[in-house]
This record gives sequence, structure tokens and C-alpha cells, in this order.
Amino acid sequence: MKSAFVWVALVLVLAALAAAPFFMQAYGLGLLIGLMGYVTLAGAWALFSGRTGYISLATVAFFGIGAYMVAAFNEVLPYPLVLVLAALAGLALALVVGLSTLRLAGVYFVIFTFGLAELVRQLVTWYEINVTGTLGRYIFMSLGPEHIYWQLLALAAATLFITWRIDRSRLGLALRVIADDEVVAAHLGINLARTKLALFALSSVIITLVGAVQAPRWTYIEPAIAFNPTVSFLTLVMALLGGASRLWGPVLGAVPLFLLFEWLSANFPNHYSILLGLLFIAIVFAVPKGIVALVETRFRTNERAFRPVAMEAEGKP
Amino acid sequence: MLVTTIINGLVLGGTYALVAMGLTIQYGIARIMNLAYGETIIAAAFLAFVLNGGLGIAPLASLLIAAPAGFALSYVIYGLMLRPLVRRSGGGAGLEVNSILATFGLLFVIQGIMLVLFGGDYISYSYMNFGVDVLGASVAANRLLALVLAVILGGGLYLLLTRTLWGTALRAVAVAPQSAPLVGIDANRAARFAFALGGALATCGGVVISMYQTFTASSGVIFTMKALIVVILGGVGNLAGALSAGLLLGLVETLVATYVSPGLTLAAVYHIFLGVLLWRPSGLFGKARR
Repeated sequence: MKSAFVWVALVLVLAALAAAPFFMQAYGLGLLIGLMGYVTLAGAWALFSGRTGYISLATVAFFGIGAYMVAAFNEVLPYPLVLVLAALAGLALALVVGLSTLRLAGVYFVIFTFGLAELVRQLVTWYEINVTGTLGRYIFMSLGPEHIYWQLLALAAATLFITWRIDRSRLGLALRVIADDEVVAAHLGINLARTKLALFALSSVIITLVGAVQAPRWTYIEPAIAFNPTVSFLTLVMALLGGASRLWGPVLGAVPLFLLFEWLSANFPNHYSILLGLLFIAIVFAVPKGIVALVETRFRTNERAFRPVAMEAEGKP
Repeated sequence: MLVTTIINGLVLGGTYALVAMGLTIQYGIARIMNLAYGETIIAAAFLAFVLNGGLGIAPLASLLIAAPAGFALSYVIYGLMLRPLVRRSGGGAGLEVNSILATFGLLFVIQGIMLVLFGGDYISYSYMNFGVDVLGASVAANRLLALVLAVILGGGLYLLLTRTLWGTALRAVAVAPQSAPLVGIDANRAARFAFALGGALATCGGVVISMYQTFTASSGVIFTMKALIVVILGGVGNLAGALSAGLLLGLVETLVATYVSPGLTLAAVYHIFLGVLLWRPSGLFGKARR
């Protein structure tokens, strides 16, 4: 009964969000597109990093590849095919990164992803200068902002749904064991590398698609725009503030922070990254487990033990 | 041509080795994965630039200011920001995650401050910019000086850590942080000192780099990346490993920049990194660990 009520409420919220473009001005819709983009990014980031404890710093590498695939192919291929191609490119990069680092200790993964966006940016720049002979590209597409918004909304809903399904599946159970103790997980017969790789690939493909869907908003794109490291940073901050290991954590983190960032970048454009960095350090200190966990422990009425999760257990070797 | 390239490669490699030594000390002894490390380097490069242009202090002399400043700054950062995280994790593995996140935030703070102060342009200054004849090839004097400094600083650090009681205590903490207190070593103090020492090396590296390279406020990430790769290559906490791995990386990078394309240096670095990850994850000189 209760779960049926929750489902109805969710469908209503989704319908209201989908109808939003009909009642909004261009500015409001632009804001909503950015917000939905970051909700999806934070959700997809948390899907892998929040559940396994492997911190990925390469969000914008995938995001930028998605955007660049659209820029490169939007004039020669039909739009759905471009999206598929972008997803495949993201998948390929995720497999390269995952296969080479996810069998090892978590710190190798962090280091690899730390420079990955810069590497991809330099490679794209090199390719554009030496092969195509230009640095920037134009994206002219007939997609209105409301279409971009609906695609992002669908992607966000899909990300949440996938996360919800995975948390309740054997895979989710395996992930919880991995996050707690990899040695125990291995002894239970969980294939560590394959489980982590599958989830990382899924999360990366979603992130790539966010970049691809949002690309037409830019009209003009060059490596410095598509591979802006702030995107990786914002995604990480949002997911952590909300609680990276919880289903609704990334959403709860993304909404207030996105609005705050909008306000900061409008009012303090020069001191933006300083304030952002300080805020992030404050989050690491004050709410290391995220808002959701904080609220739960504050207002917990029944003393039933909560399931241990990745960011709380913090048991990475 | 080849001789010049190799010497330039050794110079670059020497700088990388110097910088990576600082990071390997921070990560190996203090157990802090410092993602803001490159920002410390760039901050020192700006310091040398300002001292040189504004006050007329030669970069060589500004080392005497940069090194203590880097030591003090890192000491304070450890005490204010990282020590509480160390205490919270209680020696557990959570420290790694927390230090990565906290220093990632610090990266944006320091980078933001430098962007506000200096803007995003490429910066360089002219210092000892004349050719010296080495083995029939002409090499810029500032590059030779950089190599000599890297050797002196790196060698001095190596002797300090291997020949003195104080250095032995630091290495003991690196090897067995739980057992070090049993023989009367204050592990907390050792960690703080190691972190500060690493910071001092980073600022020295920054001054050296500014003598012969252009830099921007946002190029710290690349230096962190390269230093991290050198540390992994050489084996965490291994000074001699960092030295050889740094030289190797500098050589490869210069060769690729000269004979293939300057735009592909980071790709070459990543190839080496990938190779090491697939072939010897504990580093070329590291012992099998973890």
C-alpha cells in the first residue's frame, strides 16, 4: 500500500517535471536543463563511486567525449545514431580505464582518472590541430531546449531507476560486500574485477550521454569548453553532499548546490573556484557521509541498524 | 640534435625526480595522497617570478625563501586540514579517501587564488638564458643549473633520509607506522615533518621549473599527475626509484616532443603508466606490496 503510494507520487512528480517547459521562460528552462544535467551526472557518479568507494575524478573526460562525438557527427548521421556512437565511445574509454586499473588497489584508479580529462583534452586538441586543422566546432541542430530537457529528464529518471534496481539486486549485494571488505568479497566467490568494471562502464556511459545530450546547447565547442575540470569537481561535490551511497543522495545534493553555484558564478565569477574549494573541504569535514545519512541519524526513531555502505565504511585498502 | 635532446630530457627528468621525491615522501611517510601538490609547485614558480621581476631577487636566491615558505605552508596545512582527518580515520584506511577529497578541494582553492592574482596567461621570465657547450651541443645555462640543483637537492635529501637518525625515524614510520611508536618515534610528528618536507621539495621544484619553462596558474594538475606517475613507477616511498623513474619520464617526454609531436607528451606519459600498471603495479623498483 505504502509503496504503491510512493510510486504514484513519483510518477506525478515526473509528469510535473515533464510539463514544466510549457510554463517556463527561456531562462528558467535553461536553469532546469543545467540542473537536470547535474542531477544525472551526480547520480551516475554515485552509482559507481558511491557504491564501490573508488573515487572517479574523470567525470568530464566522459562528458566531454559525449559532447565531442555529437559535434563531430551531428551533420553526417541521424541524431539517435550519434547518441549510440557517443555511448559506444564512452564505453570504450571506460573499458580501457577499468581493465587497466580496477583489478588493482583503489588509489591507482584515482590517479589514473585524475589526469584522464587532461589527457583526453590534449589528444582531442592534437587531433583537431594536426588532422582536421581547426580547434573549434559548431553544432547546428534543430533541437529546441525543451527536447534537450526531456531527454535529460528521461536520463535522470533512468539513472535513478537503474540505481534503485541495482541496490536491490544480487549485484547490489555484491557491491556492498566489496565496499566493506574486498578480501571477504573475493572469498564469497564474487568476481571483483568484473563487478566493478560492469558498474563503471554503466556509470560512464550515462555520463557520456549527458555530455552528448547537452552538446547542442553550446552551439560552439572547443576542447577547453568541453573538458572543463569544474564539471568533474561539481559532480563530486554534489554527490558527496547528498550522500554518494544513497539512492536520493545525489539528487538532494545537486539541487541546492546547483542553485548556489549559479548564484556564485553570477556574483563572484573570479572567486568562484576558491569558494567552491572551501565549500568542498567544509563538506568533507562536516558531512562526510552526506545529508541523507546525517538526517537519518538525527531523526532515527527505530534503532534498527542501517546497512553499512561504501562511503561510510570507508574500508578501502 | 640527439645530444641536446638527451640533455634536455635529463634536465626535465631531474626536475620531475626532484618534485616526485617530495610527493613520495608525503604519500609514503605521511600517508597523504596530496592532489594539490602541483599547485604548490606552481605557487612557488609564481613566487620566483614575482621576486625576480618585482624585487630583482635572482631565482637561485629565491630558493632560500621558497623552501622555508613551502615547509611552513605545508606544515600549517597538515596541522589545520589533514591532522583532523588522520585523527578521525584512526589509522584506518579511510584516510586515503578523505585525504584525496580534501586535497582535491585544496587544489581548487590554491588554483583559484593564483588565477585571481595572476590571471590565466602563460608566464615566463628570462634567467641565465645563454648557451653552454656540452659535448658539442649547445644547452641553455638555466637548464644545466636546473639539473645541478635537482641533483644537489635530491642527493641531499637522500643522504638526510638514509644517513641521519632523524631520517631513519622517518623511514621507520613509512615502513611500519604501527610499530614505530614502540621504539619511541612520535609517528604524528614524523608524518607532519614528512609532509612539510615534501612541500619544501615541491616549492624548490617550482622555482627550478620556472627558470626554464613557461607555466600557467592551471598547469598544476599536470605536474601532480606526472609526479604521481613517477611515484608509482619508482615504488611508493622509494627515493632512488623516484629518481630513476623521473629521469626516464623526462627522457621519454623530451624524445616524444622532439621526434613525434609536442602535443603528445602526456599521451606518452600515460602509455608508460599503463604499461607499468599492467606489467608491474608495485612499480619498477617497488617491492610486492598490498
